[in-house]
Amino acid sequence: MLNYTIRRLMFAVPTLLVISFIIFAILDLAPSDPTGNLPLTIPADVRERIRESLGLGQPFPIRYMKWLQQFFINEPLNMIEQWWGFTLGDSENRLRVTSWATRSPVVDLIVERMPQTLWVVGMSYVVGILIALPIGVISAYKQYSIFDQIGTFVSMIGFSVPTFFTGIVMIVIFSVQLGWLPSIYDTTLQVNDLSSFWKQVKQMMMPVFVLALYNAAQIARFMRSSMLDNLNQEYVRTARAKGLREKTVILVHVLRNSLIPVITVIALGIPQVFGGAIITEQIFRVNGLGQLLIIGIEGADIPLVQTLTFIFAVLIVLFNLIADILYGVLDPRIRYD
Amino acid sequence: MHILKKTLLATGAMALMAGGVQTASGADGQLNILYWQASSILNPYLSGGTKDIEASSMVLEPLAYYDENGAMVPALAAEIATVENGGVSADLTSITWKLKPGVKWSDGSAFTADDVVFTYQYCVNPDGGCQQSAKFTGVKSVEAVDPTTVKVTFENAQPFPYGPFVGTTTPIIQKAQFKDCAGANAPTCTTQNFGPIGTGPFTVTAFKANDVVTYAANKMYREAGKPHFATAIFKGGGDAASAARSVLETGEFDYAWNLQVEPEVLAQMVAAGKGKVVTSFGTSVERLMVQSMNPSADLGDKRATKEGGPHPFLSDPAVRKALSLAIDRQVLVEAGYGKAGQVTCNVLPAPAIYASTANDSCKTQDVAAANKLLDDAGWAKGSDGIRAKDGVRISILYQTSTNGVRQGTQALVKQMWAAIGVEAELKNISASVFFGGDQSSPDTFQKFFADIEMYTNNFDGTDPEKYMANWQCSEIPSPSNNWLGGNMPRYCNADYDALVAEMGKTASLEKRAALAMKMNDMLMQYGAMIPLIHRGDVSAHSNTLEGVRMNSWDSELWNVQDWSRKK
Repeated sequence: MLNYTIRRLMFAVPTLLVISFIIFAILDLAPSDPTGNLPLTIPADVRERIRESLGLGQPFPIRYMKWLQQFFINEPLNMIEQWWGFTLGDSENRLRVTSWATRSPVVDLIVERMPQTLWVVGMSYVVGILIALPIGVISAYKQYSIFDQIGTFVSMIGFSVPTFFTGIVMIVIFSVQLGWLPSIYDTTLQVNDLSSFWKQVKQMMMPVFVLALYNAAQIARFMRSSMLDNLNQEYVRTARAKGLREKTVILVHVLRNSLIPVITVIALGIPQVFGGAIITEQIFRVNGLGQLLIIGIEGADIPLVQTLTFIFAVLIVLFNLIADILYGVLDPRIRYD
Repeated sequence: MHILKKTLLATGAMALMAGGVQTASGADGQLNILYWQASSILNPYLSGGTKDIEASSMVLEPLAYYDENGAMVPALAAEIATVENGGVSADLTSITWKLKPGVKWSDGSAFTADDVVFTYQYCVNPDGGCQQSAKFTGVKSVEAVDPTTVKVTFENAQPFPYGPFVGTTTPIIQKAQFKDCAGANAPTCTTQNFGPIGTGPFTVTAFKANDVVTYAANKMYREAGKPHFATAIFKGGGDAASAARSVLETGEFDYAWNLQVEPEVLAQMVAAGKGKVVTSFGTSVERLMVQSMNPSADLGDKRATKEGGPHPFLSDPAVRKALSLAIDRQVLVEAGYGKAGQVTCNVLPAPAIYASTANDSCKTQDVAAANKLLDDAGWAKGSDGIRAKDGVRISILYQTSTNGVRQGTQALVKQMWAAIGVEAELKNISASVFFGGDQSSPDTFQKFFADIEMYTNNFDGTDPEKYMANWQCSEIPSPSNNWLGGNMPRYCNADYDALVAEMGKTASLEKRAALAMKMNDMLMQYGAMIPLIHRGDVSAHSNTLEGVRMNSWDSELWNVQDWSRKK
């Protein structure tokens, strides 16, 4: 297992390098201009100087190598310095990946936004899983019952209705009509007592629910079909024949076996949590990573988009590996060596 | 990051300490402002975006503002310098500003003429990528005569010397704070760019890039008892419709900016009774640029240039005239703009003294006249219902940027043109490509490889001289000037160029107005452009907010110090 992991990790390095090159090249070739969104009253020669000051005058390979150096060497060094509080070399003049729109280091922007994404989107994932697993189990156990039909119906709605619709419907109901919940996420809120905690809960409620509905729909379907696969197996009949209680048969034998593929699906979905939920964050104005990405794309802030996309790529590669390893750990029949 | 945090803490602590001192200002609690485009940086010299300029306008001030009527009002200057009061030299080559005495920066240090001089040096530094440097073109020097007097000298006579330091795009930044940030260092000064020290009514307490700015009242502000709010929030992100909703329906915010929302949706929201919509009209005109050169792809490098020859059908004045006559502008306004639009027949619709009435006949649609024009010019309808002459069909490639309202307008115009036997193929291009200057892209608005293109243009401030100069022959984009230049229709007329030159020498406002109007009429009567809609700015504010004076000539937040909560 260890050998396998190391082999996979080593293989991930060239994969990521290729990915980084592709991301960089695609975004660079895309016909997009950071000065394109400026007012037309700014004349062309000024635009040219702005582009030069952003480093756009240099040829592509040099910019790519610079970015690689900044991302893989300078930024990690900075992080080490911040965590342990000592200085490594000439840290003042070390070039960092800088966003064009804000002229500040991209990594700082990401660090600032990570908590909101983890809280809101992460929470929705957890809530989604907690809803999905029991629904999946019961739906499968009582296949074609009323509960199963309703579960299937709700899942289909959650799966097929886009979040930008459910989000706005919720705002219209709970913010406009009833006035219970805020429609705009207050990112300056500091949680330090019970009332501010309650405020935080209130403002998280709608985005979390919208996303949880979507996640739960997906996972519940997986859970149900995986349970159905297992319920007809011989070992279930054996367990029942041994005289085990029905609860033990379902929750110990069937559920544990059915969870194996579901856990893989859940692990593969985690990079999405980091990626944020672009649309939901935009609707509720949660300052998460998804919103950062969309603002970067709209403003042609290429370094920001390159860095964010690449970080997402790293996470996807990483969680694929984790999912594979987890599979091996959970299922004794799978052996990688 | 480290330094940033420290500074934020320090300013926060300062705000707290200052809070102990009792003043009359700040009695109205918190002001919540929502711009659906989030602010990325608070240094207007490093960002031309309205969201950034207006977010910083609560902190930084110019020497003079434009009020809601387009008239100048002194901010940091003691009075508006004019030829009459001796502020502007008789030969129009220099302007001398007297500064208000005793003005303090929010950190307590004195504001002096040196700060103004520094601001100039900061922006004209060639390595800084200053986005407002066009405001300083033609400036020879800026010097501090004494601590409260600044003299701006121009290379040539400037009939309108109010480019530098007037209006919210060129405010004064503090020398002490930015002295190490000039030139190539400009982008690295994150702390300064995220928290400029200003003389304005508010100070920045925290800034989250692309998200939210929090402000506290500036205790050093020169007007006693102002601002009325103790703190303010400038939130960004989302879309225009939900921004409108948060002011008009839920009342979570006090002010929302630039509400390009479908008219009936906005009317529905206003009906909730929590706020009102305010509009004002600046100089923005949504117009059709009419290509006068041949944009055919067969021409290769000569495409859409003078060398490629005139346009096969748009070079006929009758066709241009008919295209304009066939459009019902009132329908376009009602469908896409509502209160945010007015019908216009001029490319220079404002300020009032520049607005011509000579072209007003276009305000009413006249399909019969348009048909007759084309019939008389020999463009006969073919079997497919499309007009043609000598084998040339009037089939128009009509491009614009991607934007819901623009695509709606495109569809309506296409229908209207179909009624006179003109075919249109619609195309839309992402704004960052269309307005971007990427030389490798064929889809930029400068290359204009199409027959008609539609977008909005305007000019800063109230003086149209530079704007009208866009349609000189020398401004035609072509490969020889890297497709730079503002003359998209490739209009070229020696008489027009002469008028531009004359305006550059004329100081009297009445004569300048007459010249500008004449130029506008020349362009309109030739049909170089087809103006459609005079676009206004639409914002909304809560019923509890008082003092908003909606302004298209300057920052919408220009008088935020006067805003107050209704008692």
